[in-house]
Amino acid sequence: MNATAMDLLIWARGTGFSLALAIALFGLTLRVFEILSLGRKHDFAPAREDSPGSGLRTVFSRSLPLPGMAQKSPITYFGGYVFHVGLLLVIVFFVPHIEAIRAVIGLSWPGLPTAVIDMVSVATLLALVAVLFDRRRNKVKRMLSGFGDYFAWGITFLPMVTGYLAFHHLVLDYTLMLAIHILSVELLLIALPFTKLTHVVTLFLARWYNGDWFGRRGIAS
Amino acid sequence: MNTVETLGEILRRRGVSRRGFMKYCATTASLMALPPAMAETIAARLEKASRPSVIWLSFQECTGCTESMTRSHTPTLEGLILETVSLDYHHTLQAASGEGAEQAREQAMTANAGKYLLVVDGSIPMGDPGYSTIAGMSNVDMLLDAAKNAAAVIAVGSCAAFGGIPKAAPNPTGAVAVSSLVKDKPVINVPGCPPIPVVITGVLAHFLTFGGLPELDHLGRPRVFYGESIHDRCYRRPFYDRGLFAETFDDEGARKGWCLFKLGCKGPVTYNACATTKWNQGTSFPIQSGHGCIGCSEPDFWDLGGFYQALSMPTQKLGKVAGAAIAGGTIAGIAMAAHNRSMKASAKQSHERVSTDELEKGE
Ligand code: SF4
Repeated sequence: MNATAMDLLIWARGTGFSLALAIALFGLTLRVFEILSLGRKHDFAPAREDSPGSGLRTVFSRSLPLPGMAQKSPITYFGGYVFHVGLLLVIVFFVPHIEAIRAVIGLSWPGLPTAVIDMVSVATLLALVAVLFDRRRNKVKRMLSGFGDYFAWGITFLPMVTGYLAFHHLVLDYTLMLAIHILSVELLLIALPFTKLTHVVTLFLARWYNGDWFGRRGIAS
Repeated sequence: MNTVETLGEILRRRGVSRRGFMKYCATTASLMALPPAMAETIAARLEKASRPSVIWLSFQECTGCTESMTRSHTPTLEGLILETVSLDYHHTLQAASGEGAEQAREQAMTANAGKYLLVVDGSIPMGDPGYSTIAGMSNVDMLLDAAKNAAAVIAVGSCAAFGGIPKAAPNPTGAVAVSSLVKDKPVINVPGCPPIPVVITGVLAHFLTFGGLPELDHLGRPRVFYGESIHDRCYRRPFYDRGLFAETFDDEGARKGWCLFKLGCKGPVTYNACATTKWNQGTSFPIQSGHGCIGCSEPDFWDLGGFYQALSMPTQKLGKVAGAAIAGGTIAGIAMAAHNRSMKASAKQSHERVSTDELEKGE
């Protein structure tokens, strides 16, 4: 009666989650502070044109492919869209997740039926596999990829796949799979500030900054 | 007591009809996922089985398991079978007490050495033997002594099977499960707080009918009774799948019988037969009467967060942790910023100006 699946689940939902959340929040605050405090050299040149809102606009416009790019790299674009949107839907609209989020921030909203979540999960998993496959097959992408890229892929894929398997009672006993699923999410939380996955936060800063800067310089962004 | 009398004879003497007996055998067969034809075999074997000697020890427990078996309104067949087989020694049910009772136990143990079934309810305190004693004997000593010559040990209830309430954090008595002490005998766990009566007798019936132990899962529970989760057998499952949940115990969802997940139902991680066998002769079970499953047949269910906290919710209070982490991050961020700035400043300072003349000189 030593370490049972239930013990693991209890740890994952208790100490494990608190630890992971603490590390994630600590790291993200640190990173954002670090980036902001670096500052930029003062721009002595007058703004080319006053373009209010170019920062905010760019946050969204950069989500759209440049003309022709989607045709050139369809897997990157469509695979990328599917898994990003899929991840968002699954994380934010699966009822058990909403309950977990409610416990952390106190807000909740209606969820999606599990059949929809199920379909989205399959699409997300397939898209993740497709982009990995593409990364390995395409010579340039393969050359550009390092450990960090595969690691980030792995820790994103793990919660998705374990969540899917747990929901369908596949491979392992549900309790154990659920514990592993929660632990994998905790791994993701811990890695969030220290890998390229920080982009979930910094993406907004970076795009805003670029958009604003380009706006001042009168460059289309 | 006449040990030659068969179980069938005893039951008949107690007024159990053939019909009632067959019905019990059919239920047991279906519960054990055996083909209906096996009911006949079970009946025939049970009929002929001689009354086994059963010693029932109670340690750190609340007697709920025994209550569950014996306090049903009408005497059930399960109750009778248990009574018929378990009266060599049972703290709560036997009339004798003190020396006499302990003598009866020792007598039964010697007379049936190697053959008797040892049933245990309650956990065993290892923190201090004085926490729970019987006739001056500590629970652990009595358990090991009685297990030595037992054919098998059945841990009835979550306390005996997994430590149960006494083992709940911070486990003040150092309570442990039977299986962590008895290593050289087969231990069958029949957890539940309390277990379903027919599951207890089902295990006994299996032993009597097939002369062996049923197939066990990784937690030592008979697979036939604990093979499926409550969630997979729950009649509210379609609501879970459609995303329809009761938010409080008296809202519209609760009245319409929607899923109780948000109200803390632990059905998804609980393996037991409640959803199919139900309680009180198949009348109902907790979820049917409007309360989520509390997961009572799982190890450490008391430490699974609040009974009313959804299974997916983190169990610890996060406000302070989050605040401290953000404060820590801010301090570390300021320190990092100061460090970066000083690096930048010193880089700037040590920057030497080079004129084009100097460069042209080639140095
Ligand atoms: S009430 Fe509990 S066991 Fe039934 S479907 Fe909902 S979560 Fe599952």
